[in-house]
Amino acid sequence: MTPRLTVLGAGVMGTGITALALGHGLPVTLVDIDPAVLEAARASVDRQLRHAQLLGATPDGVAAGELTTTTSVADSAGSLAVVEAVTEHAEQKDKILREVSGLVAPGTVLISNTSGIPIDELAASVERPDDLVGIHFMNPSYLIKMVEVVRGPRTGDRTMESVQALLDRLGRRGIVVHDSPGFVTSRLLHPMINTAARLVGEGVASAEQVDALMAGCLGHPTGPLRTADLIGLDNLADSLVAMSERLGDDGYRPCDHLLDLVGAGRLGRKSGAGFYEYDGTTT
Amino acid sequence: MTTDNVIDRDPVDSDVVAGKITAYLEAKAKAPVAHDEDLADSGLLTSMVAMEIVVFLESTFGIAVVGGDLKMRNFRTVDDMVALVARLRGDGENAGDA
Repeated sequence: MTPRLTVLGAGVMGTGITALALGHGLPVTLVDIDPAVLEAARASVDRQLRHAQLLGATPDGVAAGELTTTTSVADSAGSLAVVEAVTEHAEQKDKILREVSGLVAPGTVLISNTSGIPIDELAASVERPDDLVGIHFMNPSYLIKMVEVVRGPRTGDRTMESVQALLDRLGRRGIVVHDSPGFVTSRLLHPMINTAARLVGEGVASAEQVDALMAGCLGHPTGPLRTADLIGLDNLADSLVAMSERLGDDGYRPCDHLLDLVGAGRLGRKSGAGFYEYDGTTT
Repeated sequence: MTTDNVIDRDPVDSDVVAGKITAYLEAKAKAPVAHDEDLADSGLLTSMVAMEIVVFLESTFGIAVVGGDLKMRNFRTVDDMVALVARLRGDGENAGDA
């Protein structure tokens, strides 16, 4: 039987991780509570898979894996590993991890794609904390070859070996870091984006100017605000709140300008507009 | 490079296609775009914009870009894209192959 990956949550990250796995020949079961979201996800996954092919980011001679979509978490039983990619709210992650942990066989790796909630906090939701690990994929995960792997204090050696095997299969390279709110990438990037948004909100500079300076002077590939639009501004705000609460640092609270954009439905590329305007959403 | 026979077969249509593609790209670049300009060299053809262009071509010209046609070399210049559109439109029975 071909090993199957289960992905929980058919949002930007869930569909991107699904496209990554399919492109490397792994069949995927994509789970979401909303059938309409799943239907849109099929088209989104197809577009992202083609995007990966366009950029030469899929291995040659490997037939794409088969996609199955379902509203039933129970269909995750029997999979190689389960990736949790639901909304960045601790209660939602707790609920889905609790449910899936009771359904899969011991030794099935449970991966959270959280961008900021500590793995050991999520470990309280699962029956076997040693099976749980964090893999922080970046968007678009089918193009970015590096991932941040977060080993919780209770993550087992066997889980880490399985993670390495999975990442090899997916053609990704992982950097393993210790558990902490926001790990390394979000802890560094998110406050920078928050400050960049604050500068735009204060009228110090336009989004284009902020990004041009960070790219032209400091070597950032696209600038923090284009990156923010790629991540999704709602997710950024949620992640900043999660870090702020856990670090006890109000500096991480999302600034007014960021919250205003979220409130106006300007969520970044996925909604067609954020700090910038977009056509033909690609994520 | 655009081959002469593609242009010659239907010059009016190719001009229309080129015009629509150029207008789309110029709105994105906020600058004039020449038909033979290498869009990767000029910085417009980023990894994210490349797929936006594919989606634009598909929805505007009723084509499906799949399989071996999903290569960056088909999108380097306006001329490249005009040639791709002409080929996929003229090659009806294969255009929808997934």
